[in-house]
Parts: sequence; C-alpha cells; structure tokens
Amino acid sequence: MESSAVRLRGLRKSFGETTAVDGVDLDIRDGEFFSMLGPSGSGKTTVLRLIAGFETPTAGRIELAGRDVTRLAPFERDVHTVFQDYALFPHMTVEQNVAYPLKIRRVPRAERLARAREALAEVRLDGFGRRRPAQLSGGQRQRVALARALVGRPRLLLLDEPLGALDLKLREQMQVELKALQREVGITFVFVTHDQEEALTMSDRIAVFRQGRIEQVGTPAEIYERPATPFVASFVGTSNLLRGEAARRVLGEEGTYSVRPEKIRVLKESADADDPGHVCAVGTVAEVVYLGDTTRLLVDLDAGGRLTALQQNLETSAEDVAAYRGTRVRLQWHRRHAVRVPDSD
Amino acid sequence: MHLSRPARIALRLAAGLGFAVIYAPLLLVVVNSLNPDRSASWPPPGLTLHWWATAWDNSGARSALWVSLKAGLGATAIALVLGTLAAFAVARHRFFGRETVSFVLVLPIALPGIVTGIALNSAFGTVLRPLGVGLGLFTVVVGHATFCVVIVYNNVVARLRRTPGSYEEAAMDLGAHSLRAFADVTFPLVRPALLAGGLLAFALSFDEIVVTTFTAGPGVQTLPLWIFENMTRPRQAPVVSVVAVVLVALSVIPVYAAQRLSSDTAATSRV
Repeated sequence: MESSAVRLRGLRKSFGETTAVDGVDLDIRDGEFFSMLGPSGSGKTTVLRLIAGFETPTAGRIELAGRDVTRLAPFERDVHTVFQDYALFPHMTVEQNVAYPLKIRRVPRAERLARAREALAEVRLDGFGRRRPAQLSGGQRQRVALARALVGRPRLLLLDEPLGALDLKLREQMQVELKALQREVGITFVFVTHDQEEALTMSDRIAVFRQGRIEQVGTPAEIYERPATPFVASFVGTSNLLRGEAARRVLGEEGTYSVRPEKIRVLKESADADDPGHVCAVGTVAEVVYLGDTTRLLVDLDAGGRLTALQQNLETSAEDVAAYRGTRVRLQWHRRHAVRVPDSD
Repeated sequence: MHLSRPARIALRLAAGLGFAVIYAPLLLVVVNSLNPDRSASWPPPGLTLHWWATAWDNSGARSALWVSLKAGLGATAIALVLGTLAAFAVARHRFFGRETVSFVLVLPIALPGIVTGIALNSAFGTVLRPLGVGLGLFTVVVGHATFCVVIVYNNVVARLRRTPGSYEEAAMDLGAHSLRAFADVTFPLVRPALLAGGLLAFALSFDEIVVTTFTAGPGVQTLPLWIFENMTRPRQAPVVSVVAVVLVALSVIPVYAAQRLSSDTAATSRV
C-alpha cells in the first residue's frame, strides 16, 4: 500500500480578516514530484509554509508520513525548504551553509565537510565551497540552496518558486535538472509555482489553487486535457471556452466547453467538412500573433465567441501568416477534444 | 545638476565657512591646551605640554573622567539590552499597538534634555528617596539610558528591517531551535548594528550635561560637569582646555568607528 508523505485535512489559515487557505484536503504520495500551481494570492505558498511549520493553521490537521505535526515547530519536522530568495546565510561560506544542518545534528566535522562537498558535487558546484554566497550568480545560489536542503536527506523537500528569479534559459535548464535530481534522490518534492508550463514539465501530479481552495488535483495530462473547472481550463494553457449559445450552435449542446488551441485545425472556409467525429465552426480571423515556431490565430466565430488556434509554422513565414488577418476560415477539431467543464465559475 | 561657475564657487565658499564655524573653535581649544600663557594670549608665545601634565595630576579632573566612563558604560549596557529586545519585538513580531510602541521608544531623543532632567529629578525624588536611595551615579546612568536606548533601538531596527526574516526561518527549517537560530544566524547579522549603536550611545552619554545636572547626586561629577564648573575660574582655564580636548577625542573615536561599521554593513548586507 502506498503511504502518504503529506496528508492535509480541512486546512484553514486566516490572517486577521483575510482567509489565505480555505479548507484544503490533500494527499501527496511518497516519492512524488508534486506541484502546487496557482496565481499569486491563491494560498499555495501559505500551504507550503504551513507544511514547513512557519505558520500555525487556524484549523485543520497536517500529517507527515502518518505523524501529526500540526502544532510542531519547523525544527521538529523532517522537512527542508528551498526558499524563494534562497536565504543563504551571508556570513558563512558556501561549504558552511551546506554543512549547517549536519552541524546542528552534531555530525563530526570531517564527515560533515565530506558530505557537504558531496552535496555540492551533486548540484555541480564542486570547488565553490570556499566562496561566499555574495560571490555567486543567481543560478549558483539556487543550487547551493538545493544542496543545503538535500544534504540532510529529509523525507520531504519543499520548494517555494525557486526558479522565479532566474532568466528563461537557466530556468528551463534547471527544470530538467531538478526533475533528474528528484528521481535520483527519491525524496518527495513539493514545488510551488505560478508558472503552468513549469508545473506541467516537472510534476507527477499537480494541484491547481484558487482563492485558498484546490480546484483540481491530477497528472499534468489530466489537468491539461480534462480541466475540471473553467478556471483550470483558463489558468493552465490558453483560455479557450465555448459557452452557452455558441456551444449549442457549434456542438449541438448547451454548456461550457474547453478546446485546447493546438487541437484546432485551421482550414479554408470552403474546405470539405464531412468528417464524422469532427466539429466545425466558421469565423473571421481577428488577430494574428506570430511566435516564431508557431502562430496564434484569434478567430471570431459566426456562432458567437472567440477561439484561439495554434498552428505550427511548417511551411509558413511571418509574411504569410500576417495575410491571414481578416480572412474567413473553418476551424475543425475532433469531438473528444471539446471537454465539458462546469458552467459556474 | 548643472551649476554655473560662480554658483559653484559660492557654494564651496558657503560650505567652507560652515565647516570653519564648526571646527575652528575646536582647533582653538587644542591650541589653547598647548599655549604656555595662562590667559591664552594670541598668537601663542610657544607650545608646551605643561598643562597636560597639570591636568593629569588634577585629581578632580581624573575622578570626573572615571565617573564619566562608568556612567557611559552603564548606560550603554542598559541600552544594548533594552534597545535590542525592543527592536526585535517591533521588527519581528506583530502585536497590538506596535506603531505606538515604536513611536514612544523613539520619543525621548526628541524631548528637550531639560524636560527629561526635571522630570527624572522629581520622579527620583518621589520614588527613590522614600526607599532611601538618593541621587548618585546610579540615577545618572538611568537618566542617560533613556536616550541611549533610542540609539541602539534605531540601529538594530534598521538592520533587522534590511535583513529578511527568511534567514531565521531557514535556520529553524534546517533543524535549529529558536535560540540556536538566533546565535548562529541572527546575532552575527545584527552584530555590526549592535556595535555601532553601542558606540554612538556611549559617545552621547559621555558628553551629556543637561540631564546629568538634574540626576547627579552631590558627590557625582562627570567630565562635562567638571568643565562647566571650572571654566569660569581663570586659573583653571588651560586645564579645562586639555580636558575638553580629551573629551573631543573620546567622542570622535566611537562616532568614527560607528560610521565605518554602518557603511561596511550596508555594502555587504544584501545577498
């Protein structure tokens, strides 16, 4: 049987008048790379801080590996955190920073230095031990923070938007490295982010947060292909909803439906539409956004509403796609790619 | 900002004049302490260390120096403890009335010394005298501590505000209990602010005269009090100059050190 690394039950946290976390139930499995995704202010960071023990819940229960830790201090929990600002101690060298958790556990000096060097090698920072944090680049500091949090081999690692301060190139590289590192050490990672792409890239499972509650928990594919609410559909990926009258005219049924932009084929208006299992909608191209590898077409449907379609620039160049603006097109997608989501927002 | 040539010259002259007004009299005191003529005739007929030797042998001045040192160290010690505790409370905890506490803490430095002095004098009279405790060195220390606390508090609070709370959280997260996190992480980070605050507090206490006048008992004479009493006696004039120079030196050193410390820490505080 699979044990839960983290179990949250009825978790609530209020700061004065505002409720940051409003009744969260969640099970995170052992060894999982789990992301908490949501816009700023959705409560994801507060949940992380509750798990770490920096905040005490207003109500509810937190279990780590089956043990109730709701009222325990951070130093009584087998959890380490990688902070958003890294929080490397500026008055210690990189090596002293990494060795710090071992020093507290009274690991003998020689052993803790050896283990600190090992941990630094794990994040490809061998030879940087004698430097001060101020002498490192942002990406290097990020790795030191990782090494420091991993050196004591906690059961659970919490990461609070650790890639937020890095530039795009480095961020993409670190996404791959983080995932590889997690697989290697086999520790449960709980990763907080507002970047849906980051969450989709790295996670085994994702929880989507909104206004202190969880909207949906699932694998990246489930979240992306089968959004449970309009909010999830619009926050993860591009918002592409068919509602009410438009849905009835295009799909033959009332309701709110989500269609992912890359599932939509853009054809000439006159193209043959007799494909069973497919759905068609004609409209006018309102806007063209050239993105290099792809082009984003915003199409106003005759049936009402607007859909975004994503096209690979296989044969087309920037000049070609610019000519699409104002033309009439027929959009086509497979019926199963129109996913019904609850109407209420 | 672009300035015309005449404007630049005028501003430089004004700045020079300003500094001259402040520092020329101090320089004069130094020269007078070396002037062989007791009535400080100008220009000095020569230079001598005679008055320095005389001052050294003056038991009144020596014991006053000793009293000033004790008062300064005592007030600084109290200020370091209370100011630091208050700074942590205000900068690191949320509680009802925090803004008010912060304001009330800083207020004593703005109050006129004469008001503080009179208030303390009557308070000591009504509270301590019935207990059999008269005015003395102890009351001077308490009087000085009222404004020394402000200096330490301001320094430490500024430092804490620039130091993210995540350092302490990180230490606790990595297994350090609260006291350990303080000793390993927080204290090293605020140490420069403690030193700077302590040095400034000492300097402030060392040359204080108004509050001291109202809180010192009959037998207690600090260096500034001694100068004030002796400067009207023509016979003592050169010795007073010597003592004044000593006072200047002892005040300049801590202020200079404190400023060095503050600028050092400002440069390395962000990581």
